[in-house]
Amino acid sequence: MHIKQELTERHVLTLTVDNESGTLARIAGMFTSRGYNIDSLTVADISEDHTTSRITIVTKGPPPVIDQIIAQCERLIPVHKVTDLTEAGPHVERELALVKVSSVGDQRVEAMRLADIYRARVIDATINSFIFEITGGPEKIDTFVALMREVGLVEVGRTGIVGLMRGADAS
Amino acid sequence: MNKDSPVPEKSGAEILIDTLIEQGVDTVFGYPGGAVLPIYDALFQQTKIRHVLVRHEAGAAHAAEGYARSTGKPGVVLVTSGPGATNAVTGIADAFMDSIPLIVLTGQVATNLIGSDAFQEADTIGITRHCSKHNYLVKDPAELATVVREAFTIATKGRPGPVVIDIPKNVQVATAATDVKRPARTRFTFAGEADYAEINRAVELIANAKAPILYTGGGIINSGPAASEALRELAELTGAPVTSTLMGLGAYPASGEAWLGMLGMHGTYEANMAMNQCDVMVCLGARFDDRVTGRLDAFSPGSIKIHVDIDRSSMNKTVRVDLPIVADVGTAMRQMIDVWKGRKYKKQPLDQWWSRIAGWRAVDCLSYPGSTQEIMPQYAIERLFEATKDKAPIITTEVGQHQMWAAQHFHFDAPNKWLTSGGLGTMGYGLPAAIGAQMGDPDALVIDIAGEASIQMNIQEMATATQYRLPVKVFILNNEWMGMVRQWQELTYESRYSESYSDSLPDFVALAEAYGWKGIRCDDPAKLDDAIAEMLAYDGPVMFDCRVHKTSNCFPMIPSGAAHTDMILSADQVSGTMDDEAKALV
Repeated sequence: MHIKQELTERHVLTLTVDNESGTLARIAGMFTSRGYNIDSLTVADISEDHTTSRITIVTKGPPPVIDQIIAQCERLIPVHKVTDLTEAGPHVERELALVKVSSVGDQRVEAMRLADIYRARVIDATINSFIFEITGGPEKIDTFVALMREVGLVEVGRTGIVGLMRGADAS
Repeated sequence: MNKDSPVPEKSGAEILIDTLIEQGVDTVFGYPGGAVLPIYDALFQQTKIRHVLVRHEAGAAHAAEGYARSTGKPGVVLVTSGPGATNAVTGIADAFMDSIPLIVLTGQVATNLIGSDAFQEADTIGITRHCSKHNYLVKDPAELATVVREAFTIATKGRPGPVVIDIPKNVQVATAATDVKRPARTRFTFAGEADYAEINRAVELIANAKAPILYTGGGIINSGPAASEALRELAELTGAPVTSTLMGLGAYPASGEAWLGMLGMHGTYEANMAMNQCDVMVCLGARFDDRVTGRLDAFSPGSIKIHVDIDRSSMNKTVRVDLPIVADVGTAMRQMIDVWKGRKYKKQPLDQWWSRIAGWRAVDCLSYPGSTQEIMPQYAIERLFEATKDKAPIITTEVGQHQMWAAQHFHFDAPNKWLTSGGLGTMGYGLPAAIGAQMGDPDALVIDIAGEASIQMNIQEMATATQYRLPVKVFILNNEWMGMVRQWQELTYESRYSESYSDSLPDFVALAEAYGWKGIRCDDPAKLDDAIAEMLAYDGPVMFDCRVHKTSNCFPMIPSGAAHTDMILSADQVSGTMDDEAKALV
């Protein structure tokens, strides 16, 4: 007997949650305990009175599992609202990455030139290194990081994505 | 004490006790220890809450479950930090799986010691996070009252469940002004009434069905007695047959005409065949558990499925349904009845459907080989039922063959009379649950139908029954085997009985006497009725060692991974091997 794998879809979920101790552990732990995937997760306080946070989770699963994930999130007491951006329609996703590159000579020039093309900003420079700051969709950042591997990539820090619905309405 | 405070201050422990009393708590099941001494001191100085001292914290949690299930009120548990809390975890997980409202108060080391691996420190919040409906670590006595009030709301509203409140020792000692309230949060909403468009559609589907079935579950019990009343009326109006999960027994009376018996792995042939062959399935407060569905791709393939559940995450979790209705099941059934009556629907002539059901009933799937030499376990349950049915007994069980025989052969006409660990399947549940139920209703006849293996898992609670003079009866079907394990080994592993023999059993009669109980032993079917009468006549706790036929197995049975139509009806149909796919299923 072999373990069966199912076809999965990528979904971006945003959760409005109470900003209190344990909320993140509750959500992240629920994913683990029920066997769901987390590709990325971001969380930050978003309200004026610091009572509410917004969590953006990128997950993968077959459609019925995605439905379950949303229902299971909604079942948690500190979770007010769950939106499936992927299902809801047009939306924007953005991620920020810091990319450190160390090289000299032609490679250093090439790194700088590529950064320019990708609209990455230099936020630190030494005689033999740069740190670039780049924002964009995950694919753009993946591509940029792959290019930097060719020209002396040292390390990468990524925030994971945040997303909002397009248009005037709140998601 | 802050002298500038305009209102009197009280300690966290006193605030806790006051708030419990305010919430209507009169019974707490617990065990003292270092980190809850301030609470125990506050308990000592009041008279409104009765504390029941258990002998192990697992017993406290199960006793609170038994109390909650039989009374419909939340059960309250009080245990110390570290091992006190971890011992209670099985009961918390059990309550979470079976949707039982519990408030579990755990002591914790002082806030300044948290994280320092202090004596009797455990991360109770971390450990219980995913087996409780919600949990709290209270760091300020001023928050305690609000947290407790919120916890009662969360535990009892919507789909009920256990809520853990972890209270560090310094928070129990520190004082706060008693009028300080964190603003009450109204963040959680709970499903109530169903959408009328959905109810209309459900009623139309039922009214036009040729072969409808009502598949009911524990949600109806949790919804309250009115839901059981509504179910009876709905069954009468529609003329549909009724089956139930293990958790829902008693919601529809077993003596009722529409009753098919329990469904699922050890359910009746007629219930499972009717589920398989129905054209409209109305799932009311049940959750398509794997014990119920059997093989998913063969589960009731031709039916339109309506699912009423208070928890949206139960919808489409394992079985895709055509009409999900997120609502309180009692309210939704009442709405269905109103619509049915409002539209003047008539009961369908379901004669053809009922005649097919009669054919399945004729199989007489619960029959078993009789014996004049030995007590058959099914016979023992039947005789116990006959002897007690007029006394409206509360029955608790442990987990295993005896549990399934009790579900099959004991019959319930009312809700809240059947307390069993369904979801988690916790051996050792029955005795403490019986103690809790007896505390909730001192005059009730409470019987734990047990197995000789399960009963030993919380046997220390015999002392609790003795201490509080609780006349619980423990009726052990003693076959000297972990019977269900042995049955699976017979079915799946060619009878290699790996570690399933109950060796070195205690003398249960002598044990009973050692605890101040009465002990009765019976191994003769001719003397069984008299022995049961003797048990019932005794005004105190009794342990009944019923020596039954040792190798009986529990049938009918849907083997794991099989469809409803592939039931094994008797022992001679058992194959003794299974493929790996089936072996991998529980």
